[in-house]
Amino acid sequence: MTFSPELEAKFADLITHYPEGRQRAALIPMLMFGQEEVGSITNEFMNEVARRLGLTPMQVDEVVGYYSMLHKKPMGKYHVQVCTNVACMLRGGAELYDQACHKLGLGHKEVSADGLVSLEEVECMGACSWAPAVQVNFDFHHEVTADQLDTILEGLKK
Amino acid sequence: MALVNVTINGIPVQAENGSLLIEVARQNGIEIPAFCYYEGMSLQAACRMCLVEVEKAPKLMAGCTLPVAEGMVVRTESEPVVKARKTTLEFLLSNHPLDCPVCDKGGECELQDMTFKYGVGESRFTEVKQHVPEKQWSPVVFYDAPRCILCYRCVRVCNEGMGVGALGISYRGVNAEIIPSHGDHLECDECGSCIDICPVGSLTSGIYRYKTRPWEMEHVGTVCTHCSNGCKTTLGVRNNEIVRGNNRDKSGINGEFLCVKGRYAFDFTQHPERLQTPLVRNEAGELEPASWSRALKLVAEKFKALAGPEFGVIGSTRTTNEENYLLQKFARTALGTHSIDHHRTGDVVTLIDALSGKTGQLAALEDLYTSKAVLVVASDLAQQHPLLAGKIRANFRHHKAAVYAVTPGPVREDKIARRSIRIAEADSLAGVEQLREALAKETELVIVFGDAIQGDKVRQLVAFGESLGIPVKYIALVDYANSRGALDMGLLPGLAPGYHAAAPGRSLQQMLDDSSLAALWVVGANPLKGGRKLAASGAFVVVQDLFLTETAQRADVVLPAASAYEKNGTVTNVCGQVQRLKKGVETVGAKTDLAIIGLLARGMGVNLGKVDADAVFHEIAASVPGYNQLPMPVILTGGAAQTHPVNGGVPASLVPGLIASARDTLFTTGSLTRYSKILNEVLEKPGALYR
Amino acid sequence: MKLFNEPSPLETKIISFRFGLENSASIDTYLANDGYQALRKALAMTPDDIINEVKASNLRGRGGAGFPTGMKWSFVPRASEKPKYIVVNADESEPGTCKDRLLIQHDPHQLIEGCLLGALAVGAKKGWVYIRGEYNYLIHIMDKAIAEAYKHGFLGKNIGGTDFSFDLYTHTGAGAYECGEESALLESLEGKRGVPRIRPPFPAVSGAFQSPTLLNNVETFSSVPAILRMGGQAYADLGVPKSGGTRLVCMSGHVNKPGVYEVPLGFPMMKFINEIGGGVWKGRALKAVIPGGSSSPLLKAEECDIPMDYDSIAKAGSMLGSGGLMVMDETTDMVKVALRIMRFYQHESCGWCIPCREGTTWLKKMLQRVSDGHGQTRDIDLIGDLAQNMMGRTFCPLGDAAAMPTIAIVKKYRNEFEEYVARNPFATPELVSIA
Repeated sequence: MTFSPELEAKFADLITHYPEGRQRAALIPMLMFGQEEVGSITNEFMNEVARRLGLTPMQVDEVVGYYSMLHKKPMGKYHVQVCTNVACMLRGGAELYDQACHKLGLGHKEVSADGLVSLEEVECMGACSWAPAVQVNFDFHHEVTADQLDTILEGLKK
Repeated sequence: MALVNVTINGIPVQAENGSLLIEVARQNGIEIPAFCYYEGMSLQAACRMCLVEVEKAPKLMAGCTLPVAEGMVVRTESEPVVKARKTTLEFLLSNHPLDCPVCDKGGECELQDMTFKYGVGESRFTEVKQHVPEKQWSPVVFYDAPRCILCYRCVRVCNEGMGVGALGISYRGVNAEIIPSHGDHLECDECGSCIDICPVGSLTSGIYRYKTRPWEMEHVGTVCTHCSNGCKTTLGVRNNEIVRGNNRDKSGINGEFLCVKGRYAFDFTQHPERLQTPLVRNEAGELEPASWSRALKLVAEKFKALAGPEFGVIGSTRTTNEENYLLQKFARTALGTHSIDHHRTGDVVTLIDALSGKTGQLAALEDLYTSKAVLVVASDLAQQHPLLAGKIRANFRHHKAAVYAVTPGPVREDKIARRSIRIAEADSLAGVEQLREALAKETELVIVFGDAIQGDKVRQLVAFGESLGIPVKYIALVDYANSRGALDMGLLPGLAPGYHAAAPGRSLQQMLDDSSLAALWVVGANPLKGGRKLAASGAFVVVQDLFLTETAQRADVVLPAASAYEKNGTVTNVCGQVQRLKKGVETVGAKTDLAIIGLLARGMGVNLGKVDADAVFHEIAASVPGYNQLPMPVILTGGAAQTHPVNGGVPASLVPGLIASARDTLFTTGSLTRYSKILNEVLEKPGALYR
Repeated sequence: MKLFNEPSPLETKIISFRFGLENSASIDTYLANDGYQALRKALAMTPDDIINEVKASNLRGRGGAGFPTGMKWSFVPRASEKPKYIVVNADESEPGTCKDRLLIQHDPHQLIEGCLLGALAVGAKKGWVYIRGEYNYLIHIMDKAIAEAYKHGFLGKNIGGTDFSFDLYTHTGAGAYECGEESALLESLEGKRGVPRIRPPFPAVSGAFQSPTLLNNVETFSSVPAILRMGGQAYADLGVPKSGGTRLVCMSGHVNKPGVYEVPLGFPMMKFINEIGGGVWKGRALKAVIPGGSSSPLLKAEECDIPMDYDSIAKAGSMLGSGGLMVMDETTDMVKVALRIMRFYQHESCGWCIPCREGTTWLKKMLQRVSDGHGQTRDIDLIGDLAQNMMGRTFCPLGDAAAMPTIAIVKKYRNEFEEYVARNPFATPELVSIA
């Protein structure tokens, strides 16, 4: 399996961050950064990472299954995450999530037919004081109103 | 280590400082219940069943990870502890399917037992349970996630116990479940240890499932008949059928260890091609069924007529010591021949000769677990001697033993080895020499060697061992369930029982090659396997076997024999440890080789004394050097006792060149496993390390 | 980067004073504003002097447990032959908490300096900042700051011309609340599932890669430069006895001016809500406050007239925790709050131990059913009972974190649960056991 030169360089650098013989430590960063490029945690990707770190594919699988941001199935190009945890809920997060469901016609962890957008109801993402919050991929949107959510979602359609 | 005073439930006890409370309690007769704690394996503290009250601790403590300390006061049955146990069980049962009536484990389920002992009789759970469909991971392993209590025993026994690591955990929280090595299926030893160790019915066995309830079986403790390691196996027998093999009670030298063969490959006894009536070659030259009386009469008459030096006898590596002893006695006395041999697979004879005048240098199985260092030469132990490999792994795990391997290809020991040397088998001794410096720094050593080391190489290896200046013990590897017994009982040309010189005779190969041979009696062996020919075309051939093997097809008379699971007697394992076989089932029409020999003797008018397993064993114990000091109570109660053979004068004529291991893997042992349906289903790439 | 909320004049800005400065994350801004002064000072101090200064500051861990930091630092064995490591817990995931994010975003060099001081104190040569996966953008900010620090000789070999060397790296998480628990974080750092370890040994003795490890929260490390600059005693004096200094409190929920504000320990909670937060929104009355992240038991309005320090809040039956203060007005539906909190912990339970894995799941299902209008009277007691059965019996504190708020809500707002049950037309009378 081949990666872009940038990603390869990143992987090569990552390995040097950990003590000798402890290169397994690079696993989660490799999966996270690789997922951005590969699109999801495919079997081929898992096997490749396993090979590079001297792990069995199952050992990688164990880790992938544990973390909620590692997806075996591709999410949309724009992954919309709406927080409904307490702080956001108190300020309308749950309503925003419902609005997003209706507007996108998607449910939790569903992807649009064209692969453009996916939706996820997420747990607290650390924007409590500026609730309710929405994240599109890694971009935060704070104090989101219903109108703003519409604008955000419509912006994704381009 | 220093002793400390601990009080458990008001009883003052002494224990080694720092030992685990759960163990200290057990040693003092107090059971602290647990699912995830498992003696000998890594600690988890996951099930929370072992929570106990410790004075001055702010909350209940997990007994499985709590080291005892001076003055500790513990209560294991106080009200808060009992309540915690009840509620933990309540939590566990909340998502448990409670399909006990159809669960294989029902009746021997630890969750069931604990619920009976500690649980509440009423469920407060009224929600919908989480359901996941059952999965099949291999022909023998099924996984039912909803029943799983996530104690991680299976993961640990596979990784730590077997050194395979084919099981893992994926997902998290209530969705967490056990996953197999290759996505949707397992590639592993298929040893079934995971199924065996599962406290509930989450992992079930492909061949046992839905067959019976545990209490409907008889449990017969005997010895596995597949390789030379001599694992004790407890056969679950129902309606004269073996439905399960395990060793859950940890009796025997193997504890609960069993490999794929021991656990599943008993089904050859039920194979449709099993011989159930004698066969006699008719005038048309075809084998036709005959009655036992007719067949025995015919054989006895022929034997009487053909007795003499032109008579050849080939014994078995799987028949009992008693059968082997009686066979050679019969051959050497009544049949008047010294041409007796068997398929030799390891050079024990030269080892005993090389150790002449020394004592205590033949290692017992336990030495592999206790020795500070182990050297493996020219053998893939995990494939060929799984129990030996398991003991070495346990030694490494528990005692940090120094392991060295000198092998031609990668072996599982590499993972734990201080040093592994890759070298052709023929050059093994040069490889061993490379380790001289390291080995000399050890305080003791066990050397385990395969058939590549034979003849002078054995002497050179022993000389090397002696030159290290540390105590060294040896194991000469042999292949089959009673390979060692065949050697000990003198199924050898020129060697009588107990490695005593006898008159010379033909070797196995010489018998096959000698066109003047008048008769050949093959007991439980298949020398004509692989297209080999018997030169004496006119020889009268009698074969005793379970199946119509290549050799049996050449026979004039074929006598159906009983398997090791169908008879009593003793066998001797690779380390010379004698154990008792116990009859589990009976196959209609077959007779034990011992009975057949006795009947033939009677037919010939020869008096061999009382022919039953116990009587012959007493004769062996009385007359065979090495077997005469065996502690009888140990053997009679199902234990293992090591023989101490001494060199009684090994003749130079016994050339070692005829020794050849069959290089079996976990999934083959020649003729028996060919007839095991289940073993053929799970067949893996031999020698694969499953990466 | 612009501030997410306006600062308040009532704040005491010790560790957040650079927030809002132009290019506050850059090393130039940092150096122009007391940056790396504490390091210069510490390079001339003995490890014991540094630790004693931290001890004198009465700094307590800002991650949630509130363990005295100086004491934690002194647990790292000085004579160990193994390498020693620094690990920064930036896996900020406790609902209601969003302060570490700001500390990295606005002032990454303060954190780097804090790490350096820790490294000097315990003799560490390497460290990692474990940043939760969702804070992806902070990794870029942190990496940039680390690169600047290397360039200026504050990281790398022979720092400040001494023989002190230290390497620092970022490390991303991948979405797991449990990794905020320090031993689970270390497992995750090593590339494994974020399941906690059996303790003891604690990280100070056997942490990252089984070596002695100094592991603290972002805010804890970020507080140390100020402590060394101003002196431990002066820092301690900002707060109250046993709770030294200032901390960032994240105000969220039903207030007019939610935001992250730095106040001295012991700052009055009602003053914080009413004066800094501008009071409860929409002119409504205060109903309850979750004082320290969603795992802390909530306080009813009448219980909130207390100073915000570890001991005072503990005395009121809750915890200062991670500093996530969530304000709820009179319209708040407590059944929904209880459900939402339990949904979170159920989602984040690692599944390792039975009481947490099964307890959170059972409770979530029950709370969902009650909230959906299908509750029975007996459910109310059962919720409290099950939560109580999790308390203190799980492998790590996540079980307690799920149980504590649930117990408090059921106890303090039982009437609301009863109202839900009363609306269930199919509620059945209590069953009598025939056993």
